[in-house]
Amino acid sequence: MTTATTAIAPPLLALTGVRKEYVPRRGLFGGAAEPVRAVDGVSLSVDRGETLGLVGESGCGKSTLARIILRLVAPSAGTLRLDGQDVTRLSRARARAYRRRVQMIFQDPYSSLNPRMRIDTLLREPLLIHGLARGGAIEAEVERLLSQVGLATDALSRYPHEFSGGQRQRLAIARAIAVSPEVMVADEPVSALDVSIRAQVLNLLADLQQARSLAYLFISHDIAVVAYLSHRIAVMYQGVIVETGPAREVLRHPQHPYTEILLAAVPVPHPRLRNQAVRHPTGETSVPHGAPSGCRYVARCPIMQRRCQVEPPELHALADGHFVACHLR
Amino acid sequence: MDAALPVSSDAALTLSVRGLSVSFRDGGAQVPALEDVSFDLHAGEVLALVGESGSGKSLTALAIMGLLPGGARVDRGTVLLESCDLVSLGPREMTCIRGDRMSMIFQEPMTSLNPVLTIGRQLTEGLEIHLGIAVATASARAVELLRLVGIPSPERRMREYPHQLSGGMRQRVMIAMAIACDPKLIIADEPTTALDVSIQAQIIAVLAEIRARLGTAILLITHDLGVVAEMADRVAVLYSGRVVEVAEAEALFDAPRHPYTQGLLSAMPRLDWLAAEGPRTRLAEIAGVVPSLRDRPDGCSFWPRCPLATEQCRREVPPLISTSDGRVAACWVRQVAA
Repeated sequence: MTTATTAIAPPLLALTGVRKEYVPRRGLFGGAAEPVRAVDGVSLSVDRGETLGLVGESGCGKSTLARIILRLVAPSAGTLRLDGQDVTRLSRARARAYRRRVQMIFQDPYSSLNPRMRIDTLLREPLLIHGLARGGAIEAEVERLLSQVGLATDALSRYPHEFSGGQRQRLAIARAIAVSPEVMVADEPVSALDVSIRAQVLNLLADLQQARSLAYLFISHDIAVVAYLSHRIAVMYQGVIVETGPAREVLRHPQHPYTEILLAAVPVPHPRLRNQAVRHPTGETSVPHGAPSGCRYVARCPIMQRRCQVEPPELHALADGHFVACHLR
Repeated sequence: MDAALPVSSDAALTLSVRGLSVSFRDGGAQVPALEDVSFDLHAGEVLALVGESGSGKSLTALAIMGLLPGGARVDRGTVLLESCDLVSLGPREMTCIRGDRMSMIFQEPMTSLNPVLTIGRQLTEGLEIHLGIAVATASARAVELLRLVGIPSPERRMREYPHQLSGGMRQRVMIAMAIACDPKLIIADEPTTALDVSIQAQIIAVLAEIRARLGTAILLITHDLGVVAEMADRVAVLYSGRVVEVAEAEALFDAPRHPYTQGLLSAMPRLDWLAAEGPRTRLAEIAGVVPSLRDRPDGCSFWPRCPLATEQCRREVPPLISTSDGRVAACWVRQVAA
């Protein structure tokens, strides 16, 4: 649109009211199965050069959300927009174009690299599929990719099993950036790596973002790792975003009781801080069935009130970009 | 290197590992996995054995428990559990000691609990075997154990099966089983790694409570320095099958002596620093990769990744020695007191 000079540019990737329901298989005696709401009305956005960190515990729906963004599963409701264009439903050809622009890296790089392919084949494949280089240019591009992720060219003639976990994650990253994506969804990308290797991969991701203005959706259960890379943080609980805001603001002034508990549960960084840590009693997450009548957090919430049991809280703004879904904040 | 390990506690010595060397068969060759591992653990103390994958931390635990996998064997060394050398014991004697005088908690409680037995049955079984007590007494004791590890309505839980419990509750059951016979030593191998953050904190609290109430010595095996900071009194750092540093937890976090320990600590993202004002500092990296045991470099295993490495480091394995300031590390460069 040439007339849009006064309008604010839409965010690069935006989700609005995204929901995903799974209907569980009927049990042995065929009882009516209630649908499980893995993701229940999530709206979020990521911009160029920005990292949105998505934190939550197992079963909160963060990986389902990633799969929706990658268009690996279709949402039951809601829309997905890239550069303002609705991409929730796409033709085959446009889906391929979308996949070039939105790439992913996963926790286990070994299962995402074909073990029978040599590294040069693995890195050529995305270039060929998307027609991004041909002839001698491919050679040069593959070598450039390797050096960008900090690997030597002797890697090209080897197979994935010959590499360590950290190197394999570098290869998975090389493959993802091969097609010059704009958005990268990273689902627990360093959780399987050794401590000494984790920092290497986190710094590599930061450098690539800087060099390529990549937008990251960085998903992890580890809030310290998320905080290191993220500009903004979103906290997910039982399929909904309960709090989102600038990373430092969320760390310093968490508003949702669940965010408070998550932060308080992070191990102290030094033994001397042990006794200063505040410990809250916490329950455990269960999978949500059906639509709850009130706030999903009532069962674990230390400050819960009557209203919370009947009325689900909406996300509302507190300060600059800081939102919380809690009646009491 | 006995001389290198200063006595750090007046409490009774529960476990003393000396010069433990373990190798495993790989093709025709015998590959050394653990080399000359030594450490002490006193009653009521938590010693963290910290290391990355391939450091040999789990192998150390298995060697102590007498549960080495096929192809692996103890070549040298002693493992004294209150003056009884476990290395010299036969399988039958070890079976009596395991679960009774020492027990183990694993990372994934679901795989270590029997899915077809009730929680109650799994708890009472050990009590009946090791303590030879009657079924009714064993049940009463089992309920008491479940209460001790913070499981609500334990009588009801006794009748349930492992799949009916959440991950955190299952790990509590594992701890209850581990303390059932009032062992002197608990080996906890990554006890919180498979759990969510908020549940992790609860399990750490349960273990701390057990240590405080029962005076059990805990050998905590972990890769997570956060868990170490939460729980450990002392720390032994393993790298590529060798102990590279032993220190009191606070001293280690204050001023790590070995360059590897130093690297590990500064590679850890810290929430308190990330929340602070000012520009974000870049995480320090340790260059290179963890060596596989099959091609461990000559000399100090860490030299290819070490910023301080000298010619001597490439040739000779540094011994674990103690400096005049009471610090213990295996490093040629850091041999003088800081």
